[in-house]
Order: sequence, then structure tokens, then C-alpha cells
Amino acid sequence: MLHIVNKSPLGHAALDSCMRVGDGGDLLLIEDAVYAATAGTLFEPLMRDALNRFKVYALQPDLEARGVAANLIQGITVVDYGGFVDLVTQNKTCQSWL
Amino acid sequence: MSESNTTKKFMFVNRKPPHGTIYALESLEVVLITAAFDQDVSLVFMDDGVYQLRKGQQTQGIETKNFSSTYRALDGYDIEKLYVEKESLEARGLTEDDLLVDVMVLDRTALGALMNQQDVVLSF
Amino acid sequence: MKFGIVINEGPYQHQASDTAYLFCKAALAKGHEIFRVFFYHDGVNNASRLTEPPQDDRNIVARWSKLAEEHGIDLVVCVAAALRRGIKDENLARGFRISGLGQLVEAGIQADRLVTFGD
Repeated sequence: MLHIVNKSPLGHAALDSCMRVGDGGDLLLIEDAVYAATAGTLFEPLMRDALNRFKVYALQPDLEARGVAANLIQGITVVDYGGFVDLVTQNKTCQSWL
Repeated sequence: MSESNTTKKFMFVNRKPPHGTIYALESLEVVLITAAFDQDVSLVFMDDGVYQLRKGQQTQGIETKNFSSTYRALDGYDIEKLYVEKESLEARGLTEDDLLVDVMVLDRTALGALMNQQDVVLSF
Repeated sequence: MKFGIVINEGPYQHQASDTAYLFCKAALAKGHEIFRVFFYHDGVNNASRLTEPPQDDRNIVARWSKLAEEHGIDLVVCVAAALRRGIKDENLARGFRISGLGQLVEAGIQADRLVTFGD
């Protein structure tokens, strides 16, 4: 399934919960969750670990809006809104971890 | 009341505590309507969502509706699949005895597998 | 493919409505259908035609009306949430209609995918 997270992992537990419970699959970071895709944060080791279980994507316009598009953790794939749509169609179900 | 012959698996994932925001109450509304559409309904309580089921909620002092009794009424609408994540319960120092209703306690792995089997997942 | 969209937060306060709008535009550009957009909780505030953003800002409400008109999208506002917040037929923007939560459940049943945008 596609897991969609929209909150920074440094301020909210949503991404943690998604990674704890989610049974692998695709994980898309949008809105404030794109900070989780950036290198150098306290969360980076957890994200690197999650990359073994999830295929992780980050929404490019949200990365750019926040000035962090250049500093991504290796292994994370960048998508635009069209790519977001494709991820939804490719997965039978999606869950927004609000 | 069903407008369609299709039956889908609807899962409602409740991760927010009650009263601070409206989401827990609204989730119950949608759950009841989904059941009226003869869909396969299950509820998950995890993270602070487990507090929705805590016994002893008294809302007179904050002058809001105490909807916690509704969880006890779900059974009457044939809504019987209530799942609580074991890790969330333990992290809050709670046991099943602290909860208003009978639930199935699942560990995170079992819960994740169950989520994967759903057709529609709604988060509250 | 047929999409159902749920928007839980109001305009300008949270990015949810913006992201949902850009998602819908991208889906339509790829030839998908938006079966319904359901506005829930504070999301009902996306339907107020009294909205007046500053001129240099996007008009979120008008943008939804226009998209609905161009692509025949059903914009449904949750009645209970709307009445609680003073959203009524008399201040409803073009292309929106007020109806019950059954419309959300029906979107979940009829659409191939239901995507929620919220806080």
C-alpha cells in the first residue's frame, strides 16, 4: 500500500507510527514531511533504516518550497504531482497518516 | 440503505485523542454511516487514539458532548472489529481493563498486515 | 481511474486544500476522473463564496469552482460540519453542494481510490 505522511518527524509522531506499523510498500513524504527526506537531521538514521523496508518518495514542489531539495538522503526518489498520482494508481490502497 | 451492491473493506484508523479536536467524534459518525451502507467496517485505535476508549471520561466540566458511550453501542450496529495496537497501549501504561469496550489487541506487525488487506483506509 | 478526494482542513490555514487541488489537476492531466471531492471538518470553509484573499494570493475557493466547472467534478460539503461553521446554501461558492456523510462513504465505495488530505 501507499503510505502518505505530511508532518515533520522532528515535531510529530506520524512518520514514526507509519514506520512502526506499516508493512512495507511505498511511502510518500509531502508537505512538512519532506524534511524527513533531508540529510543531517536527528531523524536521518531512522529514515535510512526505513529505506530497507519502504520505497520512499518525496514531493519535489514541497522540497523546493522549503529550500531543502538539494540535500536529500540517498535512496529517496523525488516525484512531482503527476508522480504522486501514479503512486496512488499503482497501489491498491493508500493511507494518509494524519 | 445500501446504494451499491459492492462491499469494500473500510478501515478507520484513529490516532488522535478525544476532546482536544473533533476528529474522534467525526470518526464515529462516518463509522456508523459506513456500517449502514453494509460495508465491512473495522476500527483501529493506535497512538493517542487509544485514549478514545479510556474508561471514566467525564465531559461536563468542558461542556461538550460525552460521546465515549457510543463505543459501547457499536456492537448494536454489528460493528465488532475493534483493534488496538499493543505497543500504543503499553506506551501509555494502559491495559485492556482500562478500556470501555472489548477489543482485539494486535501487535504492530499483525496490525500492519491487516491494514494491507483493506480497500479503503480513512484516518482520523 | 476514478478518484475520490477528501479534504479535512480549511483554506489558507493548512496546505491540505492546495495539495489536493494540485493532485486533482495532475490526475486530470493524466486522463483520470475525479469522481468527487468531499469537504469535511474545517474543510467546509473551502466552499465559502465570501472568501476574499489579497490580490497577490491564489483564490483557493474560486480555483475549486473553476476546476469543477471545467471537468464536471462533484464538490460536496458535509452538511453537519458546514452548518456548525456557518456555511449554508446562501454563501456557497459556485460548483459546491451541501450533502451528508453518506456521500463520503459512497465515494469510498464507487471510486477506485480514496485519497485524504488533512492535518
